[in-house]
Amino acid sequence: MNTPEKAAPKRTGEWPLFEVFIRGQHGLSHRHVGSLHAPDAEMAIKNARDVYTRRNEGVSIWVVEAEAIHASAPGEKEALYDPSNDKVYRHPTFFDVPEEVGHM
Amino acid sequence: MDNASLFQCLLRFGDNTLVLGHRISEWCGKAPALEEDIALANTALDLIGQTQMWLGYAAEVEGADRSADDLAMLRDVWDFRNILMVERPNIDFGHTIMRQFLFDAYHHAQLTALSRSSDPRIAEIAAKSVKEATYHLDRSAETVIALGDGTDVSHAKMQNALDLLWPYAGEMFESDDVDAQMAASGIAPDPATLRDAWDLRVRDTLSLATLNIPEDNFAHKGGRTGARHTEHLGHMLTQMQWLQRAYPGAVW
Amino acid sequence: MYAQMIQSTGKGVKSLDEMDPTERAFQERIDAGGKIEPKDWMPAGYRKNLIRQIGQHAHSEIIGQLPEGNWITRAPTLERKAILLAKVQDEAGHGLYLYCAAETLGITRDEMFEALNEGRMKYSSIFNYPTLTWADMGAVGWLVDGAAIMNQVPLQRTSYGPYARAMVRICKEESFHQRQGFDIMMKMCAGSEAQKRMAQDALNRFWYPSLMMFGPSDAESVHSAQSMAWKIKMNTNDELRQKFVDQTVPQAEYLGLTVPDETIKWNDEKGGYDFAEPDWTEFYDVLAGNGPCNHDRLETRKQAWDDGAWVREGMLAHAAKKRTAKVAAE
Repeated sequence: MNTPEKAAPKRTGEWPLFEVFIRGQHGLSHRHVGSLHAPDAEMAIKNARDVYTRRNEGVSIWVVEAEAIHASAPGEKEALYDPSNDKVYRHPTFFDVPEEVGHM
Repeated sequence: MDNASLFQCLLRFGDNTLVLGHRISEWCGKAPALEEDIALANTALDLIGQTQMWLGYAAEVEGADRSADDLAMLRDVWDFRNILMVERPNIDFGHTIMRQFLFDAYHHAQLTALSRSSDPRIAEIAAKSVKEATYHLDRSAETVIALGDGTDVSHAKMQNALDLLWPYAGEMFESDDVDAQMAASGIAPDPATLRDAWDLRVRDTLSLATLNIPEDNFAHKGGRTGARHTEHLGHMLTQMQWLQRAYPGAVW
Repeated sequence: MYAQMIQSTGKGVKSLDEMDPTERAFQERIDAGGKIEPKDWMPAGYRKNLIRQIGQHAHSEIIGQLPEGNWITRAPTLERKAILLAKVQDEAGHGLYLYCAAETLGITRDEMFEALNEGRMKYSSIFNYPTLTWADMGAVGWLVDGAAIMNQVPLQRTSYGPYARAMVRICKEESFHQRQGFDIMMKMCAGSEAQKRMAQDALNRFWYPSLMMFGPSDAESVHSAQSMAWKIKMNTNDELRQKFVDQTVPQAEYLGLTVPDETIKWNDEKGGYDFAEPDWTEFYDVLAGNGPCNHDRLETRKQAWDDGAWVREGMLAHAAKKRTAKVAAE
């Protein structure tokens, strides 16, 4: 996620930064693809089409002003992620699949 | 309906997209913002792609062993059949986007009608192109509204662009014998019939943009018949056709 | 490369023992192949260097639009025009991704543009050379993009997350760039005498400037050692230059072109070519602003930026009006 480490000084005349999320054709969740600048959300969606999808049909675009994104602080990292890191069974490589079963 | 008329009709479609695509491509690397640069290039790429289809079909219809590239690169000014508006110079971003909007509103209506053409090739090309034109119109209209309504400076620049370009809009709806033949055989709409849809869209957008439509409806013409182009087209061709003219027969 | 002569803090590389626990944890994470993300702690020098490097890389993409943009309106066929336009458009996109990556470090894109326009930030020396014939579109794609890829592929593994992700996207999109250049060269070399001469002339003019893209030898440089320890530089300049020459010479032979270096010779022992160094005086002249196109390139950018001001301001003013109207309606 390209959220600024510290809010960049907001300067007059600068188009705000938007984060772009796109859901492709395969029905997966919206995924962060990058950022861009635009005068407002409507133009940000159009710019996202031009910059990040080269205007593929049938995609869904979300844009969020970067300032509006709340991100976890680095200090909380261990508390947030360590518990699930213990649950190794959540990861597919935890399970040995016999060779004769083939790809899974 | 004779082949010569169909050829003329296809040149009118293909030369509009060729010349406008070329003009838009002149912006590459110089647009007001990176996002606009990328969007303008997309529009130019769409128009060049459409040109390949229109002129490709025109060349087949002509049957004179010429290719789409031959038509683009080896005809002189008087053989071009684009409307005068698209050959006008870019001047600034305001003129460029106003010209784009006035053309997109027409192009969208035209391609919508052409997608029901009795000629299956034309219907097919139009069906593909109309998707692109829909987005072009969406984007240029929103930009015209934003800049018309923006600051005093941007408003004045957009009004100036509209005043200068308005006399070039009327040519889009002119008809002649070629158009009459196309309309009679269901190949292409009579341009005059596209005016109402265009008027509606243009008036709506320009009103949101707080811009005044000029009262004088005088129309420059001579592009789509080839009778009298502006001086600008010749200069464009000196660039566009230079390599093909300087090294005849070379393969690139 | 697209980022040349990046100066680091210049103090040399600290050993892990000399670092305080925070910096040590940071360095160990990099050593273990981990990524540094925007909100993580990082040394001030790491941040500063990255801003310079990513910014310079981004500027190179944007200025790099101009030498090729110079030929879009003169492309010989509709297909060539479309391919070239798509390629130059990609460069704008790559500049955009890179500016966004730099913005995560606490600088804005407009600040970087202003620094470029005022000469406080640099771009790659290569874009200060003119494109004079259509064959230059071939040479730029083949040699300049070929040289750039040498650096960009390893940078996908760089330690700074947003930079690495931008590079992944860029490498994916760039795969056709070098090929389209080589394809132009192949057509020219199989063409008329005039076309072959044009192709040879383009190689003559772009060979040494391409070698300069990697920058002077940095085997002894403390700056480079620090950047490599931080994994924001993945290979030495000489390694990449050697790799480029080794890849390019056989391609030139295939085309039937002569690399403008009489000393070039395969060296069995090192498993690579021996070749002549470019004229580094010329390189420093170009960096100092005295390249053939420095003035024109920067003027074009400044003019575009100044001419576009009313557009950026107008669209922003309209957005503000819309917001006010929306609030009033609620």
